[in-house]
Amino acid sequence: MENLFSNTLDGYLFLASLLFAIGVLGILIRRNIIIIFMCVELMLSAVNLLLTAFSVHHNDPNGQVFVFFIMAVAAAEITIGLAILVMIYRNTGSVSIDSLKKLKW
Amino acid sequence: MLNLVFLIPLLPLIGFVLLGVFGSKLPKFVSGAIACTTVLVSFLITLTLLGGVLSGSIVSETITYFDWINTDGIYLPMSFLIDPLSVWMMTIITGVGFLIHLYSAGYMSHDEGFARYFTFLNLFVFSMLMLVMGSNFVVMFAGWEGVGFCSYMLIGFWFKNTNYNNAAKKAFIMNRVGDLGFLIGMLLIFVKVGSLEYATVFGQAPLVFESGTTDIVVITLCLFVGAMGKSAQIPLYTWLPDAMAGPTPVSALIHAATMVTAGIYMIVRSNVLYTLAPFTQDFIMIIGLCTALFAATIGLVQNDIKKVLAYSTVSQLGYMFFALGLGAYTTGLFHVTTHAFFKALLFLGSGSVIHAMSGEQDIRSMGGLRKKLPITFLTFLIGTIAIAGIPPFAGFFSKDEILAYAYQRSPILWALGILGALMTTFYMFRMFFLTFFGEFRGTEHQRSHLHESPLIMTLPLMILSILSIAGGFLGVPHVLGGHNWFGHYLSGVAPVKELALDHSTEILLMSISVALVLVVIIIAYVIYVSKKQVPVSEGSTLTTPHRVLYNKYYIDELYDALFSKTLRWKSEWFYKLLEKGGIDSLVNGIGKGVQWSGKTLRMAQTGNISTYLFLMVLGIILLLIITGLLV
Amino acid sequence: MNLLLLTILIPFVGGLVLLLLKGEAAKWISLAFSLLTLGAAVGMYQFFELNEQVQFVSNTVWMEALGLNFYFGADGISLVLVLLTTLLTPLIVLSAFGRNYSGVFLGLILLMESALVGVFTARDAFLFYVFWELALIPIYFICLYWGGENRGRITFKFFLYTLVGSLIMLMGVIYLYLQTEAQFGMASFAWEDISRLKLSTLEQSWLFWSFFAAFAIKMPVFPLHTWQPDTYTNAPAQGTMLLSGIMLKMGIYGVIRWMIPVLPEAMVEWAMLAVVLSVVGIVYASVIAIQQKEYKRLIAYSSIAHVGLIAAGIFTHSVHGIQGAMIQMLSHGVCAVGMFFVIDIIMQRTNTQQLESLGGIRNQAPVLTIFAVIVMLGSVSLPLTSGFVGEFILFVSVFEFNPYLAAVAGLTIILGAVYMLNSFQKSMLGEPRPEFASFKDLNWSEFAVLAVVSLLILYIGVYPKTFMELSEPSVKLMLGKYSGFTLN
Repeated sequence: MENLFSNTLDGYLFLASLLFAIGVLGILIRRNIIIIFMCVELMLSAVNLLLTAFSVHHNDPNGQVFVFFIMAVAAAEITIGLAILVMIYRNTGSVSIDSLKKLKW
Repeated sequence: MLNLVFLIPLLPLIGFVLLGVFGSKLPKFVSGAIACTTVLVSFLITLTLLGGVLSGSIVSETITYFDWINTDGIYLPMSFLIDPLSVWMMTIITGVGFLIHLYSAGYMSHDEGFARYFTFLNLFVFSMLMLVMGSNFVVMFAGWEGVGFCSYMLIGFWFKNTNYNNAAKKAFIMNRVGDLGFLIGMLLIFVKVGSLEYATVFGQAPLVFESGTTDIVVITLCLFVGAMGKSAQIPLYTWLPDAMAGPTPVSALIHAATMVTAGIYMIVRSNVLYTLAPFTQDFIMIIGLCTALFAATIGLVQNDIKKVLAYSTVSQLGYMFFALGLGAYTTGLFHVTTHAFFKALLFLGSGSVIHAMSGEQDIRSMGGLRKKLPITFLTFLIGTIAIAGIPPFAGFFSKDEILAYAYQRSPILWALGILGALMTTFYMFRMFFLTFFGEFRGTEHQRSHLHESPLIMTLPLMILSILSIAGGFLGVPHVLGGHNWFGHYLSGVAPVKELALDHSTEILLMSISVALVLVVIIIAYVIYVSKKQVPVSEGSTLTTPHRVLYNKYYIDELYDALFSKTLRWKSEWFYKLLEKGGIDSLVNGIGKGVQWSGKTLRMAQTGNISTYLFLMVLGIILLLIITGLLV
Repeated sequence: MNLLLLTILIPFVGGLVLLLLKGEAAKWISLAFSLLTLGAAVGMYQFFELNEQVQFVSNTVWMEALGLNFYFGADGISLVLVLLTTLLTPLIVLSAFGRNYSGVFLGLILLMESALVGVFTARDAFLFYVFWELALIPIYFICLYWGGENRGRITFKFFLYTLVGSLIMLMGVIYLYLQTEAQFGMASFAWEDISRLKLSTLEQSWLFWSFFAAFAIKMPVFPLHTWQPDTYTNAPAQGTMLLSGIMLKMGIYGVIRWMIPVLPEAMVEWAMLAVVLSVVGIVYASVIAIQQKEYKRLIAYSSIAHVGLIAAGIFTHSVHGIQGAMIQMLSHGVCAVGMFFVIDIIMQRTNTQQLESLGGIRNQAPVLTIFAVIVMLGSVSLPLTSGFVGEFILFVSVFEFNPYLAAVAGLTIILGAVYMLNSFQKSMLGEPRPEFASFKDLNWSEFAVLAVVSLLILYIGVYPKTFMELSEPSVKLMLGKYSGFTLN
């Protein structure tokens, strides 16, 4: 364990990039707003993971503190996001992203 | 004496202002009195100047009043030059001008625009005085354009008539064509010499310009274009016959005696320049001769009493330029003088006839007027003899001097000159006989109105006929025992050209011309008095040459097609094609282009969130790639 | 207090007051304010010393960090134009007397005057720009609310067109500002700093075109003129008078003040092109004017022709050209006000400005005709009227630059006579028309305006020295030719 954490970042970088890419792909491919939302969270988590990894790597706790901040803000954001989602569902009867295209031209 | 000079132009100007401001409220008598008095006083002051010149106390004086235009080397003071030439012209202008003012007071007495008429007549005298008195080209130009404007206002004096207005407009615009030439000539002089003051220009010219170089030829030609316009020479002559639309005294003053001779004055004034440009001199000579002959042929068949006089004026002006082109500057001015006397007399006489005929101008409707209008008849006869050139009347001396110079140059020129003189004699006597001899051909109404004009009109006629008889004695040539007083009078300004003919030749030439003139008079008498021929009435078919002449060679129609129509056409198309279709639609096109691109590009905002997301990701990737490439 | 500041402030305050006023009193109050302004300007003339110095200087810090100052001052060139502005404004106000205009309208005229005086006296490039744009606002509203049909579209086009030009100029101004920082270590908009900048020929060329865009549109120079005929035709008479009488002089003034001393090399390099454009414009506009059917549009095109000659003169980059331009600006301003007022009077009484439906007015209105003739003579530049002096000097300058161009430009004296006499004949002369039988001659306010205009035309024509000696030292300074002496 000791070696794994202290010597190399490659694994974390790889994992975080993978998670981030999955998130991006999910956003681009999926039509369900909830899934897209979850993909956004996935991207956020990937970034959090990177922050933590670098924090340990540089031996600087600031990064980990920042992750807590991000999690707190993300929680608040999710609350508002889900609330908007519920409103969308009530108004359009669907959670498909394609149902929201009134704002154009 | 010289400190009163400013009054000479100022008085008519004051008259102009008074009449212009209060004219409509003053009684006619007062308006007429103001107008005549101002010119009379100017005339009297001019006479004192003339006395000074004759006694030799005035040779050449420049009087400067104030800076008119003065900036960085352009120095044009408002200043007058008093020398024999300008004083002579002033005498003619104010003298003849006064007589015509007097005559007008009678002639225009029934016109509602009486005050307005005198307003512009006074302004004309002022402008004409500026023209001849100025001591630099620009003051001359001020008068030059000023007389053009007065002529415009007076030709179109009866402004309700569209034809008259068109004639006025034509006169002004044609004069402007000439003025452009004059202006360019002035600018060239300024650029080459650095001044427009006569004294400097004429003093410097022989030093600055080689004789016959392009510069001086172009300058003199440009100035001559100005003279063509003002003095109605080919090709800018067509306005003068139309200018007869104005009241007859105006035709006498402006379009015969004074304004149209401005071109001659200008060339005599700048004789130093013209002597340096032999090419221009020849050009002037040819133009002058052509005009003299051309206008005379048209004059042969005209039926309007004023039109005949108008063409005769054009023709006589041609003679004057002919003289100038031959280098005989003093002779040209001598003819100006005699012409001013007899042509003013003829015009005023014709005015008297028209007055008696209740406005009728067609000689076909006149005839036999000598009994009803004895004074007019007699004075008109004197004028006609004077213009025909029978000794010892005024025209003889001046015309024969010109012809003598022509003979000296080439006998062919002399022969052509004689031809013009004979045509002049013929049409003048044709008009004279048709008007005063034979039976009356007008309406009954006109017959009952026939009357001799009042004294205020006949008095100027009488004075002018005395001048027409005696005016020639100013320049009696050596061969007839005189010593060409007039030439010597002007010799300080313009050199007298030598006449190297021997006396017998001169006498022979004179006799031939007088004999031929007498023959022509007899022919005219036979045709129009003995055979009682009357020109055919309007609408009857004419032989081809007759028709061409009667329609003035269709020059008016030609100009109309060449210039007026093209200009109007160009104007239309510039506006429609270039302005609206070209430039403005380009400008509007830019505006429309912006609107169109806004309309089109906003379509990219589909409202589809996944598209936005896709584009966003694509953008981020692109940015990353670009950053990677740059680093 | 500084007379120059008074000349700017009096109309500004007057304008603000009038925006609130209604009724007949507004007219008298606006006249009083404009006359007060004229008084201040005449005071400036009285105390002005005849040299190239900038006088009545007033310099207050505006934003220190940016180097912006309220920096005003008048040299001879400015003073001539201030006199023109303050002379014409009372006339324009007076010309609105017989009409139904509210206090707002008159207030906008006064605000306009204030902005124009500001333009002519700002010594700070940014301040110049501010006043330049400020002047656009009142005239925009005047045209928009009191214009003829299509006023919305036409005013919009006019506004955008001139705004595009000014924004391009603003880029130039900012570039110059940055250069002052680079060269002198202290950023400044002051004319004294900008005019001593050392700029490469290429820089000057770019700057030339950026300033040219603004000034050429304002004048307007061919082919940037197409906003002008529509705007002149559609604006109310007073708006047209402001536009052609004073506002277009902003462009000419701009060239004299901000291009000639700052960009001398570019002025020489591009002189030929600019003069050719101007001369083409003269002939082009004159020809088009001949067949115009609306009186105002005809005069609008004649205005393009006249301004073309002024532009040709200043772009010859010579003392003659600029001096001619100075006097011709005065003349054109006075004549334009007179001409458009005559047309306004005719339109007011006949409800038409189609030349075909006019005619015979001289029978009913001899006094109007006399004034119309005098104004017309000024326009066709008959000697001893104002038009001749300027035109003659301008012709000299163009002739010295290139004789052939001068000959082409000279066509305007023929074509000018053609269209002016044509329109005069069609509107005034001829048989009396029954439909105009009730045509009234001038009332007192109309008479006053036209009498003053006519007297000015004659005065400038006979004794232009009054104005020419004011501007000559400054003109020489602009061209770097000042010899250090006042005129004799």
